[in-house]
Order: sequence, then C-alpha cells, then structure tokens
Amino acid sequence: MLAQLHAFAEWLATTAMSNTIQNVTWIIPTVQTVHIVCVALVISAVFLVDLRILGVFARAQPIAALSQRFLPWIWYVILVLLVTGSLLIIGEPTRSVTNPAFALKMAMLITVSVLTLLIERPLRRDPLYWDASGGRRAAVVTLAIVSLVLWSAIVFAGRWIAYISSI
Amino acid sequence: MIDAFCQWLHDTAWAETIRANELLFPTFESLHVLAITLVLGSIAVVDLRLLGFTSRNRPVTQLIREVLPVTWTAFAVAVVSGGTLFASNAVEYAHNFPFQMKMLLMLLAGLNMVVFHLVTYRGIGQWDAALRPPPAARAAGAISISLWIGIVAFGRWIGFTIGF
Repeated sequence: MLAQLHAFAEWLATTAMSNTIQNVTWIIPTVQTVHIVCVALVISAVFLVDLRILGVFARAQPIAALSQRFLPWIWYVILVLLVTGSLLIIGEPTRSVTNPAFALKMAMLITVSVLTLLIERPLRRDPLYWDASGGRRAAVVTLAIVSLVLWSAIVFAGRWIAYISSI
Repeated sequence: MIDAFCQWLHDTAWAETIRANELLFPTFESLHVLAITLVLGSIAVVDLRLLGFTSRNRPVTQLIREVLPVTWTAFAVAVVSGGTLFASNAVEYAHNFPFQMKMLLMLLAGLNMVVFHLVTYRGIGQWDAALRPPPAARAAGAISISLWIGIVAFGRWIGFTIGF
C-alpha cells in the first residue's frame, strides 16, 4: 500500500499540472489563502452550533434554528476545500500523500462530518429532538465537545503537514 | 526604537524557549491559525448580515451581541499566539513586507469598526431588522470582510518570505 502511494505521489509530481503549481510561485500561497478562508467559514459555523449546544453561545435561540442557519451550506464549502486541498497535494505530492499528519487529518475530517450529520439530521424532523430527554441532552453535549476537539485537531494536523516528514 | 524593542523581545527568555524547542513554533502557529479562522468566520457572520446576504431574519444588534464575545475571545488567543511567534524572530518580522501589510490591514479593520460603531451604529434603531441595511452599513460589512481576507492572505505570505 505504502509503495503504491509512493509511486502515485512520484507520478503526480511529474504531471504538467503539478509542474505548473510548483513553478508559478503565487499559486500555492493563493490556494492556501482560499483554503484557510473556507476553513474559517466551516469551522466557525460548526463551532457556533457546538457552543450553542454547550450553552455558551446565543442561549436565547433554539438549537434547531442555529443548526438550520449555519450547517446546511457547510458541505458546499467543504467541496471547495476538497478542490483547493487537492491542488495543494498535486503541487507538492511527495510532501503530503504519505504524510501521517495528512492521513490523520482526513480520518478526523470524515469522523467529524459524520458527527455533524448526527447532530443536524434529527433536528430537521423534530426541532426539539435533542431537548426531549436528559439522555439526549447528554448525548448531544458529548457530540458537540468531540466536534470542537476534532475540528481544532484538524487545523493542527493541517499545519503540521508542513513540519512532519512523509513516511 | 522599534528595532531596539524588537531586539529586546527577541532576547527574552520566552522567545529563546520558542526558538530552542522545535515543537513550540508549529504548536503556537496551529493555535494562531485556529484562532484566526474563528475571528474571520465569526466576523463574516456579522459582515454578511450587514450586507443583507445571510441571517436576514435576525436583528443586527442581537447578532452582534451574540457573536462578538466569540470574536473577541478568538482575537485575544490570536494576539497572544501571534505575539509569541513574532517574539521568536522579532527583528526580521518587523522588517518583513507581508507582516507590515498585515498589521496595516488590521489597523484599517479596527478603524472601520470604530467608524461603524461611532457613526453608522447610532442610527441602527431605524434599520436593525431591515433585510437590506443602508449603504453605510453594507459598506462597513464589505470593507471588513475584504480586509480580513487580506489579513489572512498576507499572514500566509509571511511564511513564504521568512526562512528559519
């Protein structure tokens, strides 16, 4: 598996697109900036909903109202993130494809995406779903805390790709 | 004088600690990025409302009251973590063009905020719930979001111009 990934990364590095991204100096900083701005939108939307669940933010508003306002569109921004992220990988494949920090980041992204859907979906049918019992309250608070931790860790892992060597 | 201050900052024990331990710089850098994403994202919530694009069913004053504590908390973390990164290599950062631009844009973002609060905000009673706030408020939102995106761009650019 690792050998295949290495071969893939080395092939990717020889493609015309990769060479363009490597050689035109403004492309990587610009794509990274778009990537960070999109991360800001997604992470703030999710954090505000999580903080509301924990009772820290906008307590006067129902969880469902905030969830509907902030969560449905994050998937489009995540699509942009997948595109900008892919461009960054194509530009520096040997740095990221077999980088443990990158693998961890993707694993956490998939996990937290599922958690976000777990929080949001029940609210579409029943706005008071998470307030219905003490057990559900505890469950959603746990989901919110795990979500906050995972999103923070995703930002850390993203930055650490630059500092951890590929294997 | 600025150079003397930066040199003193560079020579502090705290800055020396950051330079001596190779795990500390990326850790503070990650914390800085996390804080900035929350500053930018939470400010965008207000700016996009001022522009009349999102949260249109929410009065502006309420939205600002709710979001601002999140923004200021994240901003405080960004200043402390950013200050730590700066101290580790203060003289070089102070002479770095993208860094200087970043500071300038932050100053402008601050001025924009002051003008909004002292002038535009005073008449907010008339347009608090308006779907489309008046031109001055929309301008404040557009200027703010543009400046903050510029701050992120110049911040990222610093990393490509300063070598360790």
